[in-house]
Amino acid sequence: MRVFTYERASSIEAAARAAASSPTAKFIAGGTNLLDLMKLEIEAPTHLIDINTLGLDTIEKTPEGGLRIGALVRNTDLAANDIVRRDYGLLSRALLAGASGQLRNKATTAGNLLQRTRCPYFYDTNQPCNKRQPGSGCSAIGGFSRQLGIVGVSDACIATHPSDMAVAMRALDAVVETVKPDGRRHAIPIAEFHRLPGDTPHLETVLEQGEFITAVVLPAPIGGRHIYRKVRDRASYAFALVSIGAVIQPDGTGRVAAGGVAHKPWRLEAADAELAKGAKATSAALLADARPTEQNRFKIDLVERTLGSVIAEARG
Amino acid sequence: MKFDTPATTNPIDQLKVVGQPIHRIDGQLKTTGRAKYAYEWHDTQIPYAYGYPVGASIAKGRIRSMDVAAAQTAPGVLAVVTTLSVGDREKGKFNTAKLFGGDEVQHYHQAIAVVVAETFEQARAAAALVKVDYAVEAGAFDLKEAMKTAEKPAESQQPDTAAGNFDDAFASAAVTLDETYTTPDQSHAMMEPHASIAAWNGDEVTVWTSSQMIDWWRSDLATTLDIDKEKIHLMSPFIGGGFGGKLFLRVDAVLAVLGARAAKRPVKVALPRPFMINNTTHRPATIQRIRIGAERDGKITAIAHESWSGDQPGGQLETAVAQTRLLYAGANRMTAMRLATLHLPEGNAMRAPGEAPGLMALEIAIDEMAEKLGMDPVQFRILNDTQVDPEKPQRPFSHRDLVGCLKLGAERFSWDSRGRPGARRDGNWLIGHGVAAAFRNNLVLPSGARVRLNREGIVTVETDMTDIGTGSYTIIAQTAAEMLGLPLDKVAVHLGDSRFPVSAGSGGQFGANSSTSGVYAACVKLREAIAAKLGFNSADVVFENGEVRSGNRSVPLSQAAGEQGLVGEDTMTWGDLTETHQQSTFGAHFVEVGVDVATGESRIRRMLAVCAAGRILNPITARSQVIGAMTMGAGGALSEELAVDTRRGFFVNHDLAGYEVPVHADIPHQEVIFMDETDPMSSPMKAKGVGELGLCGVAAAIANAIYNASGVRVRSYPITLDKLIGGLPEIA
Repeated sequence: MRVFTYERASSIEAAARAAASSPTAKFIAGGTNLLDLMKLEIEAPTHLIDINTLGLDTIEKTPEGGLRIGALVRNTDLAANDIVRRDYGLLSRALLAGASGQLRNKATTAGNLLQRTRCPYFYDTNQPCNKRQPGSGCSAIGGFSRQLGIVGVSDACIATHPSDMAVAMRALDAVVETVKPDGRRHAIPIAEFHRLPGDTPHLETVLEQGEFITAVVLPAPIGGRHIYRKVRDRASYAFALVSIGAVIQPDGTGRVAAGGVAHKPWRLEAADAELAKGAKATSAALLADARPTEQNRFKIDLVERTLGSVIAEARG
Repeated sequence: MKFDTPATTNPIDQLKVVGQPIHRIDGQLKTTGRAKYAYEWHDTQIPYAYGYPVGASIAKGRIRSMDVAAAQTAPGVLAVVTTLSVGDREKGKFNTAKLFGGDEVQHYHQAIAVVVAETFEQARAAAALVKVDYAVEAGAFDLKEAMKTAEKPAESQQPDTAAGNFDDAFASAAVTLDETYTTPDQSHAMMEPHASIAAWNGDEVTVWTSSQMIDWWRSDLATTLDIDKEKIHLMSPFIGGGFGGKLFLRVDAVLAVLGARAAKRPVKVALPRPFMINNTTHRPATIQRIRIGAERDGKITAIAHESWSGDQPGGQLETAVAQTRLLYAGANRMTAMRLATLHLPEGNAMRAPGEAPGLMALEIAIDEMAEKLGMDPVQFRILNDTQVDPEKPQRPFSHRDLVGCLKLGAERFSWDSRGRPGARRDGNWLIGHGVAAAFRNNLVLPSGARVRLNREGIVTVETDMTDIGTGSYTIIAQTAAEMLGLPLDKVAVHLGDSRFPVSAGSGGQFGANSSTSGVYAACVKLREAIAAKLGFNSADVVFENGEVRSGNRSVPLSQAAGEQGLVGEDTMTWGDLTETHQQSTFGAHFVEVGVDVATGESRIRRMLAVCAAGRILNPITARSQVIGAMTMGAGGALSEELAVDTRRGFFVNHDLAGYEVPVHADIPHQEVIFMDETDPMSSPMKAKGVGELGLCGVAAAIANAIYNASGVRVRSYPITLDKLIGGLPEIA
């Protein structure tokens, strides 16, 4: 861990300005991912702006009938919220499938969206990694890639986004609300929030330096069966090999997003359109451009089979 | 005392304390945080400094130069010691790869420097500033490739064994099996990292560390540092798990001692978690070929087991064929082991080395063979039981009740409810049952102890025996209490200190039986001293209720001790009973699994182990050992694998997020039954080891249950869903 300075933010705007003033400043909320990465010097911010003092920890109904989730609402509180459990069961289930009770108590809604990949080569500073050290190469390609991405990958990076919550947010069409350093407010649809790796895997979201997430807004509830199915080698406390977040209506139509397969929560309109036809068609559309490695080719079957199980559960 | 004739009736047989279900006597210290582990010795008067290790970033090569200028001038830094600055050093007797010293890099994360600073954070930050110029060399990292050039190791490792004529018998057998199985590299992944504190006082050094074997560590530390062994005081009273990973001197102790010398301060060094994987040892991967031939009636006529494993140059075999020499009958048999050179980190002992990976393969093969024969796998095992060493039929087992374990286990588990492969279902779960035999040899090592009686009537046991979470404190206290007729609260036990008599230490499941036998021997000496002092005839003296009695005279022990107290000290040594009789431990594991019909996720639903391991000294601590081992077996079956990067030569998943050991949610109800037996050939305690037996066969029982559930036979561990889904039913 490198030396850094620290301040407690006095306001959202002040925090955004402070973060914008240095390219190596970072916000810290729960710190469940950032602190680990700082210890390994994968992250080396020179200035930390602690935003835990700013409130932003309430869940409120929006005039449109949706829900505004404060950026600092802890994962535990979000998963346990009555409205979330009733109207957005997918989100509650996804949250509870992630991490551990202790981590969820600290982890925040905004921080969850911003957590970084768990690719083991990203975590080992002796190994080349374009995400950690742009231009150094990707050691995961041709290496141990069982856990890594199969779709939307590039020659520079095959990392996955590790979040469960984000998969649910993607299926629910959440919108990320931000304040830019100049004070302007901004709304980013979750579909556009995370980037694909391309040639710049170190750029993971569309946020500008200093741009501050204030809330994540869910549209009005859409009904349907909410199912989150996380597939992993052990029963708890493991990142998804594959996860499926789905909202399925009585007529079989709906939405489906997948985790553990891409650099972002993976959802395609073309795949949603196939949902009523069943898992095979939907999975084929969802993974149409898949480029798996030898080690993670099984994820293609696994997505289809898991989706089949989810659809069966929705029908049953 | 030398144990060279089978035990007859002795004071242990009273079983007033020994054999009783007593909670561990150090439990309260542990649950209240007062048991001090290696890194936790902290005296506020002492200005500890903190050492942080630097590991090699390449797998093989040489260090041309190191630039430590930035590290040396970083805030708080007191000293930087590098592998170049200390130069080539003699290697410890028990180490294969060198721990520190010289310019050669033998494996990834081999220690190349330690940075000592005022705070841990300063040391860690400065360690990241060390710059190294390497001359990288190519290495061998892929066992599948390296096995082609594997060699036959020295005869002392018994690479080849044979009896009868395997080839002819196999060729003419009515039913045959010829399959290859693989087991991956595995990590001990113990909770407590390797950690040490070193403090110099003149030319003497005290080292608090986490060691299973005090004397081995002390000797190898002396060799590595070229210090007189007598000048080293080693302490390891509490250990947060070892599993074999702390049998042999590790670099945290070396770096702490060198760092403390350089910084002229007591220094603490803990290995970071990734170092546990690539700096220390691991259980080596194996490739195993098994051939079995049998008559139609199920009698095995031919059995062969070959195994390939790899290690650093000068390293050792993973003796995966060991159990196959002894577990089943069959007149014609052979085993062979070959060793490949690999430049991965050092392979070495992990809980039940040999038998654990060997049974992972053999007990699937037996299941497959039973199926080919159309026999129940429990019956097939019973049919092929042997009461003698199959290679030397004149040599009997000391006591062997594998059949009893299988029968009782089958009854308790309701084995007869097992269905055909792929036939049973519970919602989305395919349900299967599996069984495997457990087998682990019973080893004994010399073990010493000193027992003091003071004028308060308190008995204090001192031995350098270690308690790696197994319950050594408790069973040693029970032994002394039984021998001297005292309640447990009149016995104090001090362990893990090099000033105490050298014991067996903890490993190879020899610790419990050997160390309590050493305490038995010392207690016999103390009983004699007490009798002599009182002028009692030691032949008819009785120790009971805190008193020593002879005829109608009785004296309280406190009084017998006198002002000066009395001491008994002895070492148990062993005659040839382990040669005349094969001493082993036996068991049967029964497992029920569910396999998700869609995803192929396998989850264990219940587990039963039946163990025959001689006298059980304490059913609570023994059960704890077995359920822990069953848990480790669950990991071995389902998730634990060190992923080798065969290009870069290291284990990639080097943390506890990537190397997945079971979590609570993976472990269902576990039932353990101990057969009520004694083995008078094993020791005066009539006990044998159980800590490794509990692991042996577990993974195969799970593998067989997965097959029974899904109809998919997987011969490559761990049995992850990607190996199953291709064979599962279509999902609509």
